[in-house]
Amino acid sequence: MSEIRTLIVDDSSVMRKIVERALRQAGLDPLIVHEAGSGTEGLDLLKAKQVDLILSDINMPSMDGLEFLRQIKVQNLAPGVPVVMITTESSEEHVKQAIQAGAQGYIRKPFTAEQVKERVLPLVNAA
Amino acid sequence: MLLNGVRSGAIAQWRASATQDRERPMAVSLRESVQLVSDPRNLDASVEEVFHLMLGVNCERTTVVPEPVPESVTAVVGFGGLLSGACVFRSGGPAAMKIAACMTGMEFAEIDDTVKDGIGEICNMLAGAWKGKVPELSANCGLSVPAVITGRDYNLHVQAPEFQLHHIYNFEGEAFEVTIVCDGMQ
Repeated sequence: MSEIRTLIVDDSSVMRKIVERALRQAGLDPLIVHEAGSGTEGLDLLKAKQVDLILSDINMPSMDGLEFLRQIKVQNLAPGVPVVMITTESSEEHVKQAIQAGAQGYIRKPFTAEQVKERVLPLVNAA
Repeated sequence: MLLNGVRSGAIAQWRASATQDRERPMAVSLRESVQLVSDPRNLDASVEEVFHLMLGVNCERTTVVPEPVPESVTAVVGFGGLLSGACVFRSGGPAAMKIAACMTGMEFAEIDDTVKDGIGEICNMLAGAWKGKVPELSANCGLSVPAVITGRDYNLHVQAPEFQLHHIYNFEGEAFEVTIVCDGMQ
């Protein structure tokens, strides 16, 4: 498998590390990880780097995950790259909003590595 | 002051979410679900879920009040929307460092930014898991980003809450407290 360039967007550095560890446990290896602490930072990174996968929190200061998703579309950044939301918000409304904004997957925190594998691997393999 | 701040954040989050969803029914009320919302088992289940899945440890609820510790860590996540209030996590420094160690696989000798970040995230997940137990709350209540306080000899006081759950838990020889404060319900 070639390198999987991944952008992880979360205002918590601990959660970014946990998500990275879960991706490696899910078998995404070799993995190159770019980290962003907000949607704004995520957009800046996408302008500078090419990625194969994006994982983003929703509830973040400065620019939340849903606005980040909308801006990816509006600015035509990362076309065709799968986006998975990882968030504590789990209602159907939130899932619907995320899908409408362009997400292909949704993982609720707390999560297991197995759940990450189930939701992320098919998207990476299909891309 | 802190509770007001996190609550404002949660209300703003909820309003932004509500604006994006034009089909949301407007006449949702929590009043008929008050028994379910204040059910203490929901909090126990949320704590168990978060600690088991994210830390790989089991917790047990206890009535033994933890010994006072020189330095403690408190994280607060505000609720806004149908319910206003906060989820408050509090532990001593050693427990906070152990939790952060379980989350990251690192060792900690002091309460640094990573420990605070980890405790804030635990509180965030507890708040999300707790509100997720009640469907009306899950869809109509926003969460603020976590605020984390460290220090010595401070107390949390909330004036006349509508209801409050305060539980103490043990895990691997350490104790922590989780409080759900509701000071308004629609």
